Parts: sequence; C-alpha cells; structure tokens
Amino acid sequence: MTQAELTLPRRSFGQTMRADVWWAQPLVVFLGLGAFVVYSTWAAFQGRNYFFGPYLSPFYSPEIFGPSPHSWFGPKPGWWPAWLLFSPALLVLWAPGGFRLTCYYYRGAYYKAFWADPPACTVGEPRKSYLGERSFPLIMQNVHRYFLYIALLFLLVLLHDVWRALWFADPITGAVSFGLGVGTLVLAVNVVLLGGYTIGCHSLRHLVGGFLDQFSKSPACYRAYACVGCFNRRHMLWAWMSLFWVAFSDVYVRLCSLGVWHDFRIF
Amino acid sequence: MKTAVFKIWRGDASGGAFRDYTAEVSEGMVVLDAIHDIQAMQANDLACRWNCKAGKCGSCSAEVNGMPKLLCMTRLNDLPLDKPITIEPMKAFPRLKDLITDVSWNFAVKKRIKPFKPRPPDAPDGTWRMAQEDVDRVQEFRKCIECFLCQDVCHVLRDHHKHDQFIGPRFLVYAAALEMHPLDTEDRIAELREAQGIGFCNITKCCTKVCPENIEITDNAIIPLKERVVDEFYDPLGWLWKKVRRRQERPPAHIS
Repeated sequence: MTQAELTLPRRSFGQTMRADVWWAQPLVVFLGLGAFVVYSTWAAFQGRNYFFGPYLSPFYSPEIFGPSPHSWFGPKPGWWPAWLLFSPALLVLWAPGGFRLTCYYYRGAYYKAFWADPPACTVGEPRKSYLGERSFPLIMQNVHRYFLYIALLFLLVLLHDVWRALWFADPITGAVSFGLGVGTLVLAVNVVLLGGYTIGCHSLRHLVGGFLDQFSKSPACYRAYACVGCFNRRHMLWAWMSLFWVAFSDVYVRLCSLGVWHDFRIF
Repeated sequence: MKTAVFKIWRGDASGGAFRDYTAEVSEGMVVLDAIHDIQAMQANDLACRWNCKAGKCGSCSAEVNGMPKLLCMTRLNDLPLDKPITIEPMKAFPRLKDLITDVSWNFAVKKRIKPFKPRPPDAPDGTWRMAQEDVDRVQEFRKCIECFLCQDVCHVLRDHHKHDQFIGPRFLVYAAALEMHPLDTEDRIAELREAQGIGFCNITKCCTKVCPENIEITDNAIIPLKERVVDEFYDPLGWLWKKVRRRQERPPAHIS
C-alpha cells in the first residue's frame, strides 16, 4: 500500500488529459448556486414586499413574527435586540438552507464547483491536503437527517400556505371567497417541487426502510423505500427544479406586492 | 480507409512519455482493436492487459482521452477522431509497463474487509430462504467486474493517495453487498468509519460515472453505508430510539 503512495505522481491544479469541456458543468453549478445564494440572501434581508393578499413568499414561511397578516405570533417581538436587523425570513431560512447545504447531491456539486475538490472528474486539484467528511468542519454534514425532519414540517406549512392562497378577501367588502390565482398555482407548484426534492432525500430513503437488510419482514417499510427510491433516482433534477421555483415564487410574490406584476385571477 | 492518431503512453515505473501511432479505423472498432493493430504492425513490445473483449473481465482498464474506460468497450466512433486519442494507464495505481498498472493493492484491501458471515441455516438440509425483494438490492453490487475504474477516478486515491486510509468505491460496494445481505450477521460499520475511511468520500459521483456495469455506486452503496455510519455514531436521537426499542423487545424476566 505504501508502494502505491510513493510511486504515484502528483498532478497540478487543472491538469487533465480530458479533451471535452469538463469545466462547463462546475461552472453552471457555480453560477446557478451562486445566483441563488445571492438572491435569497438579498430577499431575506429585505423584510418587506414578501406577501401579497393571500400569498406569502416561501422564503418567509412560516412567518413566526412579522408585520404581515400571515404572522403566527404577531409583529416583531419587543425583546428583539434593537441593534440586530430583523426580518421574518432570518428566523426560518436557516432550516431549508441547512437542508440543502447538507444534502448529498448538493455536497458533491458544491465541493466541485466552489472548492475544486476536485474541479471535475480526473482533473487536478489545487490543494495537496485532504480531510474529506471525516473531521471538522465537514463531519457536520452528518446532521442532514435532522434538517430533513424540519424540512418535512416546512412542507406541511407550505402546503397550508397554498390552502390559504385559495382564499381571497374582497378589497371593498372584506368578504373572503374561494378562488384561484396564478400566484396560487405558483405556490402549489413550489410545494410539489419541494415535495419531490424532500421525499427523494437519501436520508429519508434510509430512514423509511434502507436501514433494513430484510425488506420481506417489513412490507410497509419496503413500499416506503421503493416510493422514496422513485424520487431519489431523479434527486438532482428535483433539487434544481425546486431551487429555481422557490426563488421564482419569491420573485412572483415580491413583484405582485410592488405592483410590477398583476396577479391574474383564474376564478 | 480512415485513419486516426493514437497517443499512447509508453514507459515503466521509472518514467515514460506519449508516442504517436497512426492506425486504420474501420466500422465497429473499439480502442482495444486499435491497440492490437498497433501491437501487431508497429510496436510489438506495447504492453496491454486484456482478456475477454466483452466488458466482463475488467482487465483492459485504462484512460482514454483522460477518462477511465475499458478499452474493449470504448467505440472509436464515439471519440473525436479528428484529434489524437490519448491512451494511458490508470493513475491511481503504480505503473508497471505501458498501459499496465499494478492493481494488487486492491486485492490486499479486499482481504481486510470482514467476510460474509451467514446466520444459521433456515432448513435442516443446511440451506437458507431469501425473498426476492431482500436480494434485489445486493444483486446490483454483484455486477461489479473489478475493473477498478472507480478506484482510478476517485480523487481520494488518484490525487490524495490515501491508499492506506481509504478503501475506495469498489470496496465500499463490496462492503455494501455484504452489509446489506439478508443472511449476513457481521457488523462492519465501525471499521468502515475508522480504518476503511468512508468519511473521505465527498460524493463527487465520479465512480458512478465511469462504472461500465452502471452500478449506482454513490447512491445505492456509499450513501446508504454513510447513513448506517450516521445511525451508529452521529445520531443521538436514533441511538436513544434504538435503546428504547431494544428494551421493549427484551422478554420479561421470570420470577420464580
């Protein structure tokens, strides 16, 4: 084993014999994830224009404290330090953020795109030392299943937001009636895509049945494992679609709230 | 007839260089055919390991245009023939001669993994009974032909040379096949975490990309094993839950 270590040559950063455009995929991931992080951070710090009628931006849901009618416990609490910037999104965004940050798919993607570890398959790396996920800080990625538990709860909250987005208040009389707007569909698609991404989680696949060696002894677990496996096979696709759509949902609600876009009522 | 230029790495453990060879290309040819043609017509001393020519023996592993591939399964019409095709030995293992590397490290690693330890037989004739759904998952892992392309592409071995701390994707698949086997009773989780270094894997999925048997190495073998390591070492709630369940399952003590 030590013989291999001694005789293998080291390669320099970017060194490869690949003739294809190997840098394209990490570049797309870098731009896609980078754009999302920049936009979501900006949107989270805004603290306004995040609701419109019955619609609540998913970046701000659940709104634990906040000025909108969607708030669970009323406006900003009195005990909130005056020096600390307040935005309802900052209270909740860490949970879906942590879920995506520790997701097995995203880990592989951002290690390549942001840390060049490696930049792409068979392409030389910039660093000689390597710790992997077996020591701090990356050992913390093992917390993923706890973020999954929270993400599953958030899915229920977002589903409730879709239900609320079906009830429109008349601006003159204040009477509430059942209806469907384009915004309702935007929020509904968001839940479907986030659901597909969350249900396809590798940790969930393990927890619902993957931990077993004998599926035949637990048919319910086997069915759940197969169901999660179905979503898991396209986990990357769900991850990207849900990432794009959750940002778009915020954009939609924000632009409606600013009066830039008009929310079309289907009925 | 069409021709193509092949840049083939020639040398041994002490060093070497690429040499250009021009060979005729006909329909249906694979890279190994071109190598054989060059061996026969231009370089009788060109060393290349091969056996079945059918993608099942895993002997002709090498790197074509920078990607680990089986020479016998890489069709020339899938490669850009207007540019020279580079063929070189695997980079995660010591070079012996030309396209041949010393892969014996893999066999030593395999011996370190705890072997299959079945439960007592289910029937008096010494046989076992297994349901199809129980073996479906591990059957995927048994497709492995031990070509070691996944070991070659893994940056933990290829770039960081952690051969003494990490067993590589091939043996994580092997460990998964044993660990998830419905009859097996052995526990390999602590070893996977410590001596076998599963934590070094950072899920680049390169191993899955190069697998000629299309085994979902990362999703179906490595990540499930990582999750089992989490069960055992990093999940306090899970640990508590198992403790409670074990206590509930324990038969009540008899008072005489």
